[in-house]
Amino acid sequence: MSEPALLSVRNLELWYAPAVQALRGVNIDLPERQVTALIGPSGCGKSTFLKTLDRMCDLVPGVRVSGSVRYRGKEIYDPCVDVTWLRKQIGMVFQKPTPFPMSIYDNVAYGPRTHGVRDRPRLDAVVERSLRGAAIWDEVKDRLKKSALALSGGQQQRLCIARALAVEPDVLLMDEATSALDPISTSKIEELIAALKQRYTIVIVTHNMQQATRISDKCAFFLAGELIEFGDTTQLFSLPRDKRTEDYITGRFG
Amino acid sequence: MMRRTPRPLERLMGLFFSACGLTAVAFVLLISLYLILAGVPALRETGLPDFLLGRQWSPTAQRPEFGIAPFLLTSVYGAAGAVLLGAPIGLLCAVFLAKTAPPRLAAAVRPAVELLSGIPSVVYGLVGMLVLVPAVRRCFRLPDGAGLFSAILVLAVMILPSIVSVSEAALRAVPPEYEAASLALGATQIETVFRVTLPAASGGVAASVVLGVGRAIGEAMAVLMVAGNAANMPSLFKSVKFLTTAIASEMSYSSGLHRQALFSIALVLFFFIMLVNVLLNRLLKRKGG
Repeated sequence: MSEPALLSVRNLELWYAPAVQALRGVNIDLPERQVTALIGPSGCGKSTFLKTLDRMCDLVPGVRVSGSVRYRGKEIYDPCVDVTWLRKQIGMVFQKPTPFPMSIYDNVAYGPRTHGVRDRPRLDAVVERSLRGAAIWDEVKDRLKKSALALSGGQQQRLCIARALAVEPDVLLMDEATSALDPISTSKIEELIAALKQRYTIVIVTHNMQQATRISDKCAFFLAGELIEFGDTTQLFSLPRDKRTEDYITGRFG
Repeated sequence: MMRRTPRPLERLMGLFFSACGLTAVAFVLLISLYLILAGVPALRETGLPDFLLGRQWSPTAQRPEFGIAPFLLTSVYGAAGAVLLGAPIGLLCAVFLAKTAPPRLAAAVRPAVELLSGIPSVVYGLVGMLVLVPAVRRCFRLPDGAGLFSAILVLAVMILPSIVSVSEAALRAVPPEYEAASLALGATQIETVFRVTLPAASGGVAASVVLGVGRAIGEAMAVLMVAGNAANMPSLFKSVKFLTTAIASEMSYSSGLHRQALFSIALVLFFFIMLVNVLLNRLLKRKGG
């Protein structure tokens, strides 16, 4: 691997409760400006792993994390790290589209306003740029003041991507961001991901292996809280090194 | 499929429940009807504009006057003042209980707030009379502490539990995904509460405030004991009479037109409360839809 690692994870372990371990000794280096797909059966820890990268796992009561996650060389579990700063750098898009019950404009402007942008022309520019970046500008430009809840599911999800882009993140985490959408909306978002990786590092959790092969450069296979295999997507799907990976991608897993 | 005929006992119980349900409705209708029948004559006598807008209430004078503007305004000012004080405190208490308090602390505070609503209003009045009124007198160097200000303080405490519990329920009903999305954008928990959760719960919060207004307007006993009960136009430190306390304090000795006028006041109060309830239902519906 020649690319510099943007996120470097060492011996990461996570417990939801003293007896419930969700991640076991994960070591991985996520390269910059590439799409990394996390695959594995339900409950394998891939979504949990995603949430450790922007510390959204902190919200779960009783959770305990050990090991190291470095973002651009900085340890994010260091107590002096400002979580709001971290989450500004590392944005997240959820499985279910979650636009706020406010206007389309206010949804996108929410992040910048939170981080102190008050100047109207500047906000206007950020909103337009983000909506264009999420390939939804043309569909909503005439109704920016209308409620975001009136949009379709696919549009809502692209709006959420726009909202995440508006804080100018470095990394975009996507937790099964297309699994609640129809195939047309899904393909739009896949195209979007392909475009976004020019500027952003993207980590996506997916249950859809075709999707992983279509959009990702790297792929990581999780099983029972362990990272089983990580490598180039083409290599992992054509020549898996581990028997368990092969079983999973060929559908021989229970 | 076989068709089942209801058993006789089932039918009997069904009828019984219907009768119980209708009884409640019947009482509402009876009370409304009685209030209208009893309240209209005095309104006819004095004329609605004079009754509502008249600033002079002297029912036992040589030439009696029945203007209830002092009571009306006192009730409105009293409720407004109570909400002005009670709503922010109640709302922030709800935020504390629903969002920021450690679960154990919330579990201790919540029953305490609920207990507040279980205290009989005469006890509020008693404490107000013995503790609050003298304190107000000393603090502001007044001849008498009983008045609108003391009444507002007592009412503000009395409406707290309804504001807290309804607001808390509304805050808890906000989908956690909203908050997660806000936090994931780098907002702090407090920013998230004030910019996402509260706006999303605004319907329920507004309903809680209207509920508080309704309670404040309808309260009689506690207010009677701390308001001083002179039919003055309202002023913060003056002795005042509310719509409710006018009825409660004068009914025992009134007769003739005076008594009828008290029924008219009850009718006005009734419409007031109806208005508040309609507003409340609107708000709750908007929240649902």
